[in-house]
Amino acid sequence: MATATGIHHRTYRAELRLRHTKAEWFRLALVIVLLLVVPYALNTYWLGIANSILIAVVGAVGLNILVGFTGQISLGQGGFLAVGAYTSAILSTRAGLPVPLAIIVAILVTAFIGALFGLPALRLKGLYLAIATLASQEIIMFVVRRWGFLTEGKGYIEVPRLPFIERETFELQWYWILLPITFVAVLMARNVFRTSLGRSFMAVRDQDIAAEAIGVNITRAKVTAFALSSGFVGLSGALSAYYTETVTWERFTLDVSVLYLAMIIVGGLGSIAGSVYGAIFMMLLPALLTEVGQKAGDSIPFITDQLPAIKNAIFGIAIITFLLIEPRGLDRIWSRMKDYVRFWPFRY
Amino acid sequence: MLGRAYVHSLNSSTVPVGSPILKISDIELRFGGVVALHDVGFTVTQGHIHAVIGPNGAGKSSLLNCVSGLYHPQKGKAVLHTGDGAVTHELTKLPPHRIARLGVARSFQNIELFSHLTVLENLMLGRHTHMKHGVLQSLLWFGPARNQELSHRGIVEEVIDLLSLQPFRHKPVGSLAYGIQKRVELGRALVLQPSLLLLDEPMAGMNSEEKEDMARYVLDVHELAGVTVILIEHDMAVVMDISDRVSVLDFGRLIADGTPDEVKANSAVIEAYLGAEEH
Repeated sequence: MATATGIHHRTYRAELRLRHTKAEWFRLALVIVLLLVVPYALNTYWLGIANSILIAVVGAVGLNILVGFTGQISLGQGGFLAVGAYTSAILSTRAGLPVPLAIIVAILVTAFIGALFGLPALRLKGLYLAIATLASQEIIMFVVRRWGFLTEGKGYIEVPRLPFIERETFELQWYWILLPITFVAVLMARNVFRTSLGRSFMAVRDQDIAAEAIGVNITRAKVTAFALSSGFVGLSGALSAYYTETVTWERFTLDVSVLYLAMIIVGGLGSIAGSVYGAIFMMLLPALLTEVGQKAGDSIPFITDQLPAIKNAIFGIAIITFLLIEPRGLDRIWSRMKDYVRFWPFRY
Repeated sequence: MLGRAYVHSLNSSTVPVGSPILKISDIELRFGGVVALHDVGFTVTQGHIHAVIGPNGAGKSSLLNCVSGLYHPQKGKAVLHTGDGAVTHELTKLPPHRIARLGVARSFQNIELFSHLTVLENLMLGRHTHMKHGVLQSLLWFGPARNQELSHRGIVEEVIDLLSLQPFRHKPVGSLAYGIQKRVELGRALVLQPSLLLLDEPMAGMNSEEKEDMARYVLDVHELAGVTVILIEHDMAVVMDISDRVSVLDFGRLIADGTPDEVKANSAVIEAYLGAEEH
């Protein structure tokens, strides 16, 4: 129950809900309405970007589980995306598995590979672990580039378009496929962190010795975190395989790992909502910059010539500015804004 | 006012009062050339508050770390008795999380809480050994995962009540005052329903009022629930006041072991720790 003095819960069950106040339910309803209206308000180009965002959100949530919640820095994101994409593509094109089944198997395979490459985390922390996961990125990249079997020597895999998808409504149909999947994935990730499993991840992040002393099996927690995180990343990779209809190693390089790391840092480490905000921000900003650049380029030709360089520079500056203003990311900015409105006209 | 008795016992040990619950024998712990503990051995009796005292660097915390599995001594063992006292577990061979599962709970000298989590989450983590951690159940939330959260909330709320932590329930522990954090750490150990409670300087750095409060909480836990406590403490007044038995360490060796009065009269202790009188 929300009153002027704060939120008062009558039962523990009510307290465990994700949303308590009418304002929170109202905001959720607003977001849902927005998500339902978006595909009809946007043109194909922007709808395509919306779809890329939805896929990136799943990957960012996965990475945040590992980096933000469990404190295990990973530079292997691109590699795990590749495992998800290649596995599902091969299974459905060559083994003839139905697409949903291929995606589920891809999730499990990526989780397993993630757990395997997470084993160094049992002995390494911080920067040392970052280097170890960088190695896992490079190992996976090496395998997918050199192992001819994966692409039957072509260097890429062509994934046939899903049978029910029409050319004219391609982006719209994909939007309706991706939205519910992403929604459920984000909700599930949120669920994990109100249970004992998620708490044990955060315990490992905050104070691993104390976590051990109160009975958390650190080995198990870390390996589970790697597997769970990679499962989400694998889903993201598998979705991207069917959406883009080609799987090539170029889309899973170290740049991608760094981009995802930037997403969760800008969005907010250790926050599921933050991963969503970060993914939106990082995917939207380049597109917006291109748009603005082209508009400006009409009058100033110099901008058109140098657009890629200018875009990169502004992109970098924007990230640095964000981190300087609020190191805890977009999620923190958003909660400060909510507090400001809630306590208005008082300061706190 | 509505009153309600606590329904959960904070003590999970079934060893009869007066029987040994922890036997430490001949423990030797070395870090390279440094001998932190040398042939240390004593017995902790069920139902006692057993104090371990000694000057800084005497090896008190190292001893506790050996018992809770964080250090593995080169020699000697610590044996925990469970059940009716006949079942024994060699703690020095187990990893820390297995020792916690046997009911050995501890607090740390330098607060080691999960600073980004709330008081409630920290205490719920104390229930970790009693909970299940299935990945699928956690992803789904509805069903076993939620029921588990609800069913373990009862004892956590009792400990919150016992330690008067209600105002801080949803505050991140990192933002709390030092004295409160110490109390949260005690609470996190208590919700485990310990068979043996190890407290490493629970009153360090507190003023006398806070010390009294903390001593009161420790006594409550001991007298109401009958939890056996191993207490490391520097404040002599507190130690002599509340403990049933005292072991004294100096430079990694056990120099005395007995009731507070015996220890107070022991000449080696007086010389090493309490300060020799001028003649």
